[in-house]
Amino acid sequence: MRLDYEVIGNTLVVKLKGELDHHVAEKIRAEMDDTINKNRCKNLIFNLSDMRFMDSSGIGVIIGRYKKISQFGGKVAVVQVSEKVDKIFNLAGLYRIINKYSTQNDALNSL
Amino acid sequence: MPYKNHMKLQFDSKSQNESFARIVAAAFAAQLDPTIEELADIKTAVSEAVTNAIIHGYEDNMGSVTLECSIKDNILEIIIEDNGKGIEDIQQAREPLFTSKPELERSGMGFTVMETFMDEVEVISEIGKGTRIRMQKKFNSLKEE
Repeated sequence: MRLDYEVIGNTLVVKLKGELDHHVAEKIRAEMDDTINKNRCKNLIFNLSDMRFMDSSGIGVIIGRYKKISQFGGKVAVVQVSEKVDKIFNLAGLYRIINKYSTQNDALNSL
Repeated sequence: MPYKNHMKLQFDSKSQNESFARIVAAAFAAQLDPTIEELADIKTAVSEAVTNAIIHGYEDNMGSVTLECSIKDNILEIIIEDNGKGIEDIQQAREPLFTSKPELERSGMGFTVMETFMDEVEVISEIGKGTRIRMQKKFNSLKEE
């Protein structure tokens, strides 16, 4: 799994490319927290257009980042969610705390 | 005569093998002519079960995980087995959002995912002996032809 970062205003956009499972979760967690701290970003957008696989380990990673961002009053969004990933997000009730948008621009305009 | 096929694979409880195991299971299931969604369901369920074996069954110790897949007609059965520490309370472990390791940011959704993506999930576990997860999924695409 590879991460691409882009800072737009006070929002950090993270593009997750590849497969997110338990094996890569710890590394992703550390890398993302480091980037959030360095850029002092308020909001966070996960762009999932290039995510090929995710299991419940990914839920843990996303909820963990949500906890961090919301502590300081920020918001978290997910964009370009595939049907497969959507199924797991719904199952975990993720959309009760995180909003889903079809495009990155929609999310940027709403945060 | 019903169509039958079987495979068995044993690997180390290393997290690198999570993707290895789910890809093997999906490749074996390919002969059932599954839809892309059905393949994703199998991959995800296997990933959850193997991850459980690695982080909960063996914790930091190295052990061996077995993946066994059988096909009988249009039914795929997957068995994932470890010889780890076992599950104390299976009912509690299967509850959505329950996790014995919240410090690791585990979501506690592993069994819920398996139950949702497969038709049947059976868990047998004995403390100090290990855990065996047996899952079944029925494929309809072959019959429609």
